[in-house]
Amino acid sequence: MDLPELTPAEIRHYSRHLIMPEVGTAGQRKLKAARVLTIGAGGLGSPLGLYLAAAGVGTLGVVDFDVVDETNLHRQVLYGRSSVGRPKIQAAVERLRDLNPHIRIVPHETRLDSGNALELFRDYDVIVDGTDNFPTRYLVNDACVLSGKPNVYGSIFRFEGQVSIFWGARGPCYRCLFPEPPPPGLVPSCAEGGVLGVLPGIIGTLQANEVIKLIVGVGDPLIGRLLLFDALKMRFRELKLKKDPACPICSANPTQRELIDYEQFCGIGPEPEAADMDFDMTPSELKERLDAGEPVTILDVRTEQEHEIAHIPGAVLIPLHELQDRLGELDPAATYVVHCHHGGRSAQAVGFLRQMGFERAVNLAGGIDKWSMAVDSTVPRY
Amino acid sequence: MSVTIQIPTPLRRFTGEQGEVEVDGATVGEALADLTRRHPALRRHLYMDDGALRSFVNVFLNDEDVRHLQAQGTPVASGDTLLIIPSIAGGFL
Repeated sequence: MDLPELTPAEIRHYSRHLIMPEVGTAGQRKLKAARVLTIGAGGLGSPLGLYLAAAGVGTLGVVDFDVVDETNLHRQVLYGRSSVGRPKIQAAVERLRDLNPHIRIVPHETRLDSGNALELFRDYDVIVDGTDNFPTRYLVNDACVLSGKPNVYGSIFRFEGQVSIFWGARGPCYRCLFPEPPPPGLVPSCAEGGVLGVLPGIIGTLQANEVIKLIVGVGDPLIGRLLLFDALKMRFRELKLKKDPACPICSANPTQRELIDYEQFCGIGPEPEAADMDFDMTPSELKERLDAGEPVTILDVRTEQEHEIAHIPGAVLIPLHELQDRLGELDPAATYVVHCHHGGRSAQAVGFLRQMGFERAVNLAGGIDKWSMAVDSTVPRY
Repeated sequence: MSVTIQIPTPLRRFTGEQGEVEVDGATVGEALADLTRRHPALRRHLYMDDGALRSFVNVFLNDEDVRHLQAQGTPVASGDTLLIIPSIAGGFL
C-alpha cells in the first residue's frame, strides 16, 4: 500500500517521533494511514483518544453515546467542567481536533451492538476496547475475531488493571481466557466498586502504546500475554495466554460463526421483578409511610464507605455481601424497605430476602439517589 | 508445601482484605481447598454447587494457566505462587 506523505506542518508536529529510528518518517506515515476505532470515550477512552490523536493516527473513530457527568471528571481527562451535561462524543471530538488538526476524527454516537458492530469495524484496522461491561466486551471480542482484527484490551477495577492484545488470527482471544462471564451481580461494576482516578490513565496509556506498536510494527506486541497491574503494590505481572483449542469463536473449528445476543449470553435478561407490582416502593411512598408512623425498617445494602458518604436517617446498614451471613439480625415478619445507590443491588437483596421468607421486603426504586432528588435534598448525591 | 495465593481485589472482601494468603497443599486443588477452609465465604465465588471450579475463575500457577497444565491436579511446590484472575469489566463508567 502506498503510504501518505507528511506535510510540512505534520513534520513539525511529529518531529520528536520522526527523529527516532524506530518510528522515523516511514513509521509516522504508517500512523497517518492507520484507522483505529476506540470503543468508549470514558476512563480508558480518554488517554487512548488523547495519545492516539497526538501521535498522529490518521483516522481515529470514537464510539460513545454517553453524556459527561460530574462524577466522570476524577478520571476522564478528555473533559472539563464546561463539558458537563454535553454528549461525550461532541466534547471529545472538539478536544481531539484542537490537539491535532492533521487527523480525521470520526464520531460514532451510537451504542455498539450485534447489529452494527461488524459494519462499524469494517472501516478500521485496529479496535481498542475501553468499555465498562461484560456484554460489550464479549461483543467487541467476537466481532474482532470474525473480522480478523486485533482487539487491544484494557480493563480496570479499583486498583487493578489488565492489558492484552486479543487477536484470534495470531493468538488467543478474550474467550480463550474468559470462556463465560460471571453471573450478574457477582462482580461489582466501577460505579459500585469505585476506581482509582489515575488507574484508567495508566491502563489506557498502555493500550495506546500497544496500538502504536502494532501500527508502526516495532517491538513485541502484547499478544498471548496478559499484563496485570496492581497500583497499591506498584507491581506489574505478566501471564502467558494460550489459544483454547476448543474456543467457540477463534479455534480452527468454531461453533459460533456470527454475533449473538450478548445481554442474554451474560445472563442479563429483562428484569422479572418489573412485573411484580409489590416489589418496588417509590421514595415518596416511603416518606408517606414514615410520616404516618408505620413500622418500616430501612435496610441499606451498600458498603460502609457509601453509607458514610450519605445515608437515610435511621437506616440499618448490612452490605449486600454480608446479608447472607447476617440474616439472623433481621425479623422475617417485619417490613423492610431495602435500598442501595440506584436500586440494582437492593433488587438483588430483596429477591434473596423473599426467597428466605421475608415476604414484606420491598425495594426502594431508584435508591438513595432518587430519595435525595425526590424527598430529601440534604442527602448528598454521589 | 506452603504456597502463596494472590487474591484479586474483587475477592479480598472475603479474605479479610488480605491480598495474599499462605496455604498448604501438594496440588492446585488442595491449595485452593485449603484457601476456602481458611476463608469459607470465598467458596461460592470459586466453586459451583457440584464442587467444580467456576468457569470464569482463572487460576494461574506462577505465569501458566492451570487449564493448560493438569488443572486442579497440577502439583505445586514450596514457594510457588497461585494467582486467581477474575474477569473485570470496568473502564468506562
